[in-house]
Amino acid sequence: MNPTIARLSAQALLGRRRGVVLLVIPALLIGLAVLLRVLTDADGGYDAVLTLGYTLALPLVALLAASAVLGPEIDDGSIVYLLAKPVSRHVIALSKFVVAWLATLALGALPLVVAGLIMDSGNPRRALAWGAAGALAGTTYSALFLALAAVTRHAVVAGLLFVLMWEGLLGGLLTGIKWVSIGAWGRQVGYRFSARLDDAFLPLSYAVLAALVVTVGALWLTGDRLRSFTLRGDE
Amino acid sequence: MSVLTLDAASRWFGNVVAVNGISMTVGPGITGLLGPNGAGKTTLIAMMAGFLAPSAGTVTLDGKPIWRHTDAYRTIGLVPERELSFGYLTGRQFVRANAELHGLPDPGAATERALATVEMTDPADRRIDTYSKGMRQRAKLASALVHDPAVLLLDEPFNGVDPRQRMHLMALLRRMGEEGRTLLFSSHILEEVEQVARHIEVVVSGRHAASGDFGTIRRLMTDRPMQYAVASSDDRRLASALMTEPSVLGVALRRQGGFDVSVADLGAFAVRLPHLAREGGIRILELTPSDESLESVFAYLVGGPA
Repeated sequence: MNPTIARLSAQALLGRRRGVVLLVIPALLIGLAVLLRVLTDADGGYDAVLTLGYTLALPLVALLAASAVLGPEIDDGSIVYLLAKPVSRHVIALSKFVVAWLATLALGALPLVVAGLIMDSGNPRRALAWGAAGALAGTTYSALFLALAAVTRHAVVAGLLFVLMWEGLLGGLLTGIKWVSIGAWGRQVGYRFSARLDDAFLPLSYAVLAALVVTVGALWLTGDRLRSFTLRGDE
Repeated sequence: MSVLTLDAASRWFGNVVAVNGISMTVGPGITGLLGPNGAGKTTLIAMMAGFLAPSAGTVTLDGKPIWRHTDAYRTIGLVPERELSFGYLTGRQFVRANAELHGLPDPGAATERALATVEMTDPADRRIDTYSKGMRQRAKLASALVHDPAVLLLDEPFNGVDPRQRMHLMALLRRMGEEGRTLLFSSHILEEVEQVARHIEVVVSGRHAASGDFGTIRRLMTDRPMQYAVASSDDRRLASALMTEPSVLGVALRRQGGFDVSVADLGAFAVRLPHLAREGGIRILELTPSDESLESVFAYLVGGPA
């Protein structure tokens, strides 16, 4: 962990327009929760709002945060100023991950808890279960999307396709995908805390281990790609 | 004292060969890397800075390959051509971040020293996006100097810098060369290179065209037959008259009219051409130097007159 890299990444994250979008997504989710709480009966729409927040808002926040800390610097080549230093590339990857990860926890996972509490203040355990699911999935998403930003310049598009097609559409149609779906791993962890969440029918240890393997593997890949970063001129 | 060595280094992108089997040694003092745009200078510097793997051959710093060798940056300082995009930082914050990333024992003092070296202490508290091109260039230089590197690589450092700041930058580079640093900078302008560099390496179309001190390169470039394109009312007659002149080396008629003439002694040619035309009653319609562009000068260095 390198504090200078982390500080510069945080500045890049908050100093650009993406920083505003990052705030808009959780604000919309919480606004929706407030609206439904006011307009409907006790439990109306709880699962719909939380599912929306978990399957869409959370990965989007992770995608925006992870690509903002790395993508622009790679696109405009200014990352050479960070890389022309005797700093381990894996330390750089880890430092950038920590910034994206904290942003994802604060703006992706925490709003799930807040939305849950707003809609059903009598059952904090249920809201915290969603938060735990969000924390695990958000951690894995952040690392995966960071690696994506290190590998391709089209990380945002690729990440969106992954979220909408793989995690969303196919994950709903083909139940076997739960074994390789980050959303399903997180859900399994959430189910452990509250049976009000859907059971993904996975062994809990598998879900946690799979998330850990993907996170560590993605961070290693990010560092390795940074080590091979190629500066191309205009010629 | 550090030495950069390229041994038959090549780099290709798909079918395009950007750098073709270049061997050179860059030692202490200032080396100018001269070549027209698109000659492969940036590719070459990227390989020397460890930001590009050679497709063939080796690029080493004091005997160790630079590619994927993170510790080499303790020795290397790089000033890329790429514009600074940390517009949201002040000059001082940017240089200080570089000092911290180098793990220097006293990053604050190193920052002030580097800023003073490039005379950027006063505007250092302004945001980089308010800087002029010359100031950005100096901020980049300060960030590359902050760890007092033995090797400094600069890609087109004078591009877009106004003349006064250019003089200042040149004096700075000369001073650093005299301190015994290994300093290499690229440029496509001969005058720029010879004002700063003792030693010049010329690269054209990815190949190593010439190497030597600036006197050698200057002679290679100026002591050469000059080419002119001539169009007249009677090309054949004027051409044959010119062939009798000792100042003329050769004449080649063009199929579409006009002819090219190769001139060894410009002074004599300038006097004799109007004489010959008037004696023969021939009107000269056009007389243009055809190799004044740098590209044809380089083409001459590489493969003789085009």
